[in-house]
Amino acid sequence: MGAAGQDQSTLFRGDNNELRLKDAKSVRGTPARAMPAFILGEELADLAETDPRIVVATADLANSSRTRDFANRHPHRFIDFGIAERNMITAAAGMASCGFVPYVATFASFAAILGAEALKTDCAYPRMKVRVIGHHSGISMGFYGTSHHSTEDLGMMRTIADLTVVCAADANQLRAILRASVDHPGAMYIRLGRGRDAEVYGEVPADFTFGRAVMLRDGADLTIIATGSQVHAALVAADRLAGEGRSVRVLDMHTIKPLDADAVRAAARETRAILTVEEHNVIGGLGSAVAEVLVEEERIPFRRHGIMDEFSLIGPPTALYAHYRLDAEGVIAVAGELLLEVN
Amino acid sequence: MSVQSQPADRRNFPEAYLADRARFIRLETLRLTRIAGAGHYSSTFSAAELFAALYYAHLRIDPANPKWEDRDRFVLSKGHAAIGLYPVLADLGFYPASKLDDFTRLGSPFGDHPDMKKIPGIDFSSGSLGHGLSIALGMALAGRMAGRDYRTYCMLGDGELNEGQIWEAAMAAGHFKLQGLIGIVDRNQLSIDGPTEKVMSVEPLVDRFAAFGWDVTRIDGHDLPTILATLAALKSAGEGKPQMIIADTIKGRGVKYMELSLDWHVGNLVGADYDSAWAEIEAGLQPLEREVS
Repeated sequence: MGAAGQDQSTLFRGDNNELRLKDAKSVRGTPARAMPAFILGEELADLAETDPRIVVATADLANSSRTRDFANRHPHRFIDFGIAERNMITAAAGMASCGFVPYVATFASFAAILGAEALKTDCAYPRMKVRVIGHHSGISMGFYGTSHHSTEDLGMMRTIADLTVVCAADANQLRAILRASVDHPGAMYIRLGRGRDAEVYGEVPADFTFGRAVMLRDGADLTIIATGSQVHAALVAADRLAGEGRSVRVLDMHTIKPLDADAVRAAARETRAILTVEEHNVIGGLGSAVAEVLVEEERIPFRRHGIMDEFSLIGPPTALYAHYRLDAEGVIAVAGELLLEVN
Repeated sequence: MSVQSQPADRRNFPEAYLADRARFIRLETLRLTRIAGAGHYSSTFSAAELFAALYYAHLRIDPANPKWEDRDRFVLSKGHAAIGLYPVLADLGFYPASKLDDFTRLGSPFGDHPDMKKIPGIDFSSGSLGHGLSIALGMALAGRMAGRDYRTYCMLGDGELNEGQIWEAAMAAGHFKLQGLIGIVDRNQLSIDGPTEKVMSVEPLVDRFAAFGWDVTRIDGHDLPTILATLAALKSAGEGKPQMIIADTIKGRGVKYMELSLDWHVGNLVGADYDSAWAEIEAGLQPLEREVS
């Protein structure tokens, strides 16, 4: 890339770009540094220090996505497209065709569901290196309601050929995903939670590889395969059940596509039951992807846990997670039911 | 920004040669339609003079180096007219013309809509209407960020302007003051179900794009001297208004029974239809017989 030769930052910045994020505060005891969405802009800005191909865009959500942190450090490589998600994703594909690696972020419901056709036609099909980041996925938008919930995105994204689909469990894993994504071929959908996810990885995992699940606990009685926000709940459940004499394997299936089918097969052979847990409709997402592998294996007890093909109630996120048994207590209960069936 | 330079061997073609190339585009469209068994010939005929002027006389491109980073970009947002662009790219040397002999047959790189991963000289894949102006917007933003002076051209259909994303891109182009982004509307008056103004009206186009912050010029899209003069007068890439050319054209232009007729949007041409179309095109453009609505 040639140098721009002049400071063109003002050409990309909206008038309100002088707004500054208040310092990220800790939320309910979780340190700010552990919140995935809170590090998105910062990590991308770090990567952009040495990689001139990285550009970042949002659709009027620079604060929600913390891409403002990128804008403050690299204003000439930040574009706010306003509330026009399809235009943003398609324009990112145009930029990618000219050698840039755009990271475009908005709420998952608009990134993946509103933007699905742009993602398919303009990003995945021509294999453009566009990274579409869907933050505030699942039911994490709580009382904002169904329009802002995204429990269909994994199912839709998973049927698009040549698209990598990955979910971040926490801030450190998101950093690893972003670092690995820069030179990864083709288009990518990166699914984030609300930015308040509890820490799963104490440090940035050094061996992160797309398509290779991470075994966080080994066990023999049950395998919980979880993704994104549910990895932490699965870990808590495994540890609690271990205290009750149950040996539970936990797989962090961060990459939904390409799925680590070998890890699923190994779980089917080496453990006595499989439970998938996802903040997503049980149709089309992680549970379906695992089922597609298992149907060609010897039968073992298997259950999908997630949103049971319904539009979520409204309510505060924590209340919703409890209601849909997508918090640690809920996962413990579901896992316990499955273990009872196995015995 | 520097003035655009043109490879010397593709400058200053006489207009008669460009008219001949427009004829070539129409004849090749007929030939390829027959190979495929179907094609969007009439919406290609409306763009024949525009293709000829852009590719033979205007765009800064190098067929020997299709990925040249400083080349002008051309996005065919109305991807269904690719059947008229493929022969041009072959003629210019992007690939051998013989590659088109199995047009659309199993495994061919050449389909009704263009695939950038398979065809040298295609700057972006298209087919789903309403995307191209956003693609071109991204290319123009990329050019600005990279400090390159190429211009980005996007040919749009008129019916396509019903798509909302076009106006998202139009709004952004005006906002970002992308003078290096040039839109060309092939205003051939018909979409599939009828005249655009009856199906879903797009006018007043000049006012609409001007209101979105564009410099708008309206021309006769079949008149080569006018097209060439309009292209020559385009401003270079830089900060200013994006530039829109509304090219008034005739769907099916060059074959009398197709001109402004709803019956000839897509399909095969055989027998007498094929032969008479071929003869008419060979004879060159004749005065219009139908009223322009």
